[in-house]
Amino acid sequence: MSLAQPNRPSLSRRSFTGGIHPPSSKQLARDQPIEVVPNPKQVRIPLLQHVGALCEATVKARSEVVAGDLVGKSEAPVSAFVHASISGKVARESAATLPNGRRVPTIPIKAGDEQLEGQALFEDTYGGEWPTLRLDLPTPDLIIQAVRDAGLVGMGGAAFPTHIKLAPNPKKPIDTLVINGCECEPYLTADYRLMLEAPGPIVAGALLAASAVGARRVIVGIEDDKRAAAEAISEAAAGTDIEVRVVKTKYPQGSERQLVPILVGSNVPANGLPLDVGVVVVNVATAAAIARAVLRGKPMTHRIVTVTGRGVAQPKNLLAPIGISYGELIETAGGLTPDAARVLAGGPMMGFTLGDLDTPVTKGTSGITVLTRNDLQQFEETACVRCGLCVDACPLNLVPTRIALAARKGAWTLAERYYINTCMECGCCAYQCPAQIPLVQLIRMGKAHLAAA
Amino acid sequence: MASAPGNAPAISQNGEPLEPRLQVAPGPHLSSTGLSTQRLMIDVLIALVPVLGMAFYLFRWFALLQVGICVVSCLVTEAVASSWRGSKPTLGDASAVVTGLILGLSLPWSAPWYVGVVASVVAIGFGKAVFGGLGQNIFNPAMVGRAFVMISFASSLGATAYVRPEAALEILTQATPLTAAKELSGSVPGLWALFVGNANGSLGETSVLACLVGGLYLCLRRSAVWQIPVSMIASAAVVAGIANLLMPETPFTVLHHLVSGALVFAAFFIATDPVTSPLTTRGQVIFGAGLGALVVAIRLFSNYPEGVVFAVLLMNAVVPLINRVTIPKPLGGLPAEA
Repeated sequence: MSLAQPNRPSLSRRSFTGGIHPPSSKQLARDQPIEVVPNPKQVRIPLLQHVGALCEATVKARSEVVAGDLVGKSEAPVSAFVHASISGKVARESAATLPNGRRVPTIPIKAGDEQLEGQALFEDTYGGEWPTLRLDLPTPDLIIQAVRDAGLVGMGGAAFPTHIKLAPNPKKPIDTLVINGCECEPYLTADYRLMLEAPGPIVAGALLAASAVGARRVIVGIEDDKRAAAEAISEAAAGTDIEVRVVKTKYPQGSERQLVPILVGSNVPANGLPLDVGVVVVNVATAAAIARAVLRGKPMTHRIVTVTGRGVAQPKNLLAPIGISYGELIETAGGLTPDAARVLAGGPMMGFTLGDLDTPVTKGTSGITVLTRNDLQQFEETACVRCGLCVDACPLNLVPTRIALAARKGAWTLAERYYINTCMECGCCAYQCPAQIPLVQLIRMGKAHLAAA
Repeated sequence: MASAPGNAPAISQNGEPLEPRLQVAPGPHLSSTGLSTQRLMIDVLIALVPVLGMAFYLFRWFALLQVGICVVSCLVTEAVASSWRGSKPTLGDASAVVTGLILGLSLPWSAPWYVGVVASVVAIGFGKAVFGGLGQNIFNPAMVGRAFVMISFASSLGATAYVRPEAALEILTQATPLTAAKELSGSVPGLWALFVGNANGSLGETSVLACLVGGLYLCLRRSAVWQIPVSMIASAAVVAGIANLLMPETPFTVLHHLVSGALVFAAFFIATDPVTSPLTTRGQVIFGAGLGALVVAIRLFSNYPEGVVFAVLLMNAVVPLINRVTIPKPLGGLPAEA
């Protein structure tokens, strides 16, 4: 390619069936530039922040660590290393309950005097030059090794170890790498700000990941309410073969099962993975972390967290060290308002309620949403009239009311006949239900029961 | 920062809390405010306004009296039934009003007051309450009540009940169009008169126009699915068309079938009752198609001039079966056996 021409974002007219249009509320934080959180006095690094096996501590109490040092590892096939996010002294292991309900050991680190702070920390994380055109691509093995050493996990929420996603599978060759910049969850703007302010590492990371998996095509998918982000990525990707596609804004567009058919044209099998149709999906923040890990040898120690909702005084997008408490991030965003009622790890559709504000932030924490009493006006549950709105809303073409009511009655065979385990708990059905039936909660309960049986 | 759960939050003088009190609950944490069960029912009431207006125009106070009797009786039965069940009062969801309205509109203007009362008690009591109330019933409550009185008070509801030769209103001196067709006697009114509603019949069924206006509103609001009325009317047309081909001499053409009787009224207001119709689009199409075919078949081959009541009840009975055979495949195909 001779001259660096920007790859104009192209528009996808198609959308998936089902889905909902909740009020996005992204205006609360979308125009807040990324701000670096003042370094906390202490962080607590959970030894399990991902899907997979618990790490074992590699440091002892009272030992000194520097930001980026390995503090926990596991040789289990599915796991991800954890690193110190600040420099300081390790304290005695303690436990914390993560928002998903798991109680895990954590390594507390008391901050020392020498810390990277403010703008310098931002520059160190996302600043500087990120080669995209004359990128010397390391071999796939080296890329995957660097990603593994850096403890990368998917930053979009599921926190699946990235090195496993990128690992070659001789039976299932990869054709396309999808970079997911949809951020369809209401309120959250962390990925949007990252695409806007640091498109360079995202593009570099996308090229590295594509090279690791051997993908021929790279497509970045971004919803059409984030056109500025699509422009920024396009500009940064000028001269590369990366395609930027703007997709319709609809929840849950950012789900792999919804995004892959729109961008690539083939459906992901019901209990399969994008891998089965030759696709790997990587979130934009994860892509940036891949670039940081491979090109700069930096582990995953920080991430951008949106602190938003009408229940916080000044919604913000914060660059925060892993292990800082939710409460400290809320304080940085001006604290809770008097009518704050529910603090969520994540957004309002798939986020978990937080019972304890001292809970540490993990690699998968994309945001903190604080809803007010007013946001939560609850109506009384009434009987299902089989209106079918949940069926219309389900992006996976399930019949949520049948599954949920079967689960409530303990009719497990019926629940399975309606494919209870295919449900991804996106919440569209419960959002729409005019009878206010807690469909997702019932389905979750049913799945848990079936898994235990 | 936040007060611990369990501590009463400080409240200022105007009742506003001074400090946050946090709660824990399962997600999703947003809920659409656009629809509630009550709102679905109120939509039906709004959609019935043109039908009710037309009934009032044609049958004057007879219409309002009949509908009023049914609505009040349904409400009373609902109140009694819910108190017997020991459940909270369920009048607020407006479903009893909908049942009463539809029941009233399905009766002839001339039916004595006790017919409406009995029909209502049976509709709510045996059509709905015995199954466990709203959402639990298999059969459309209004049609259960209608079928009961149709058989019990055959003379008050038969073809002759509609006609009063001495009536001041002209349309009441004529046989209903379907009776005329059945007996191959009398004159079948013109298509336009039937479409607008200038014909004898049960209170709500006469004007196809009024039903279409209300039905369109219902479908656009997604308070009813459009697939049921469309497939019902289309299948009625197909079956009537076949009948026409076999009996070319009949004056009752396909279009006559579509614009007379309760076909269109039922398609939009009775068949679309979500509780007693299938959940999935494929099921709804099958349900509608079955209904349309049955309505015309009963009109042509039974002793009754109209087939809506029995068609609806028969198809209601197979809804669980339809639901079972139309379980949709999840996106991406059937999951492999784990």
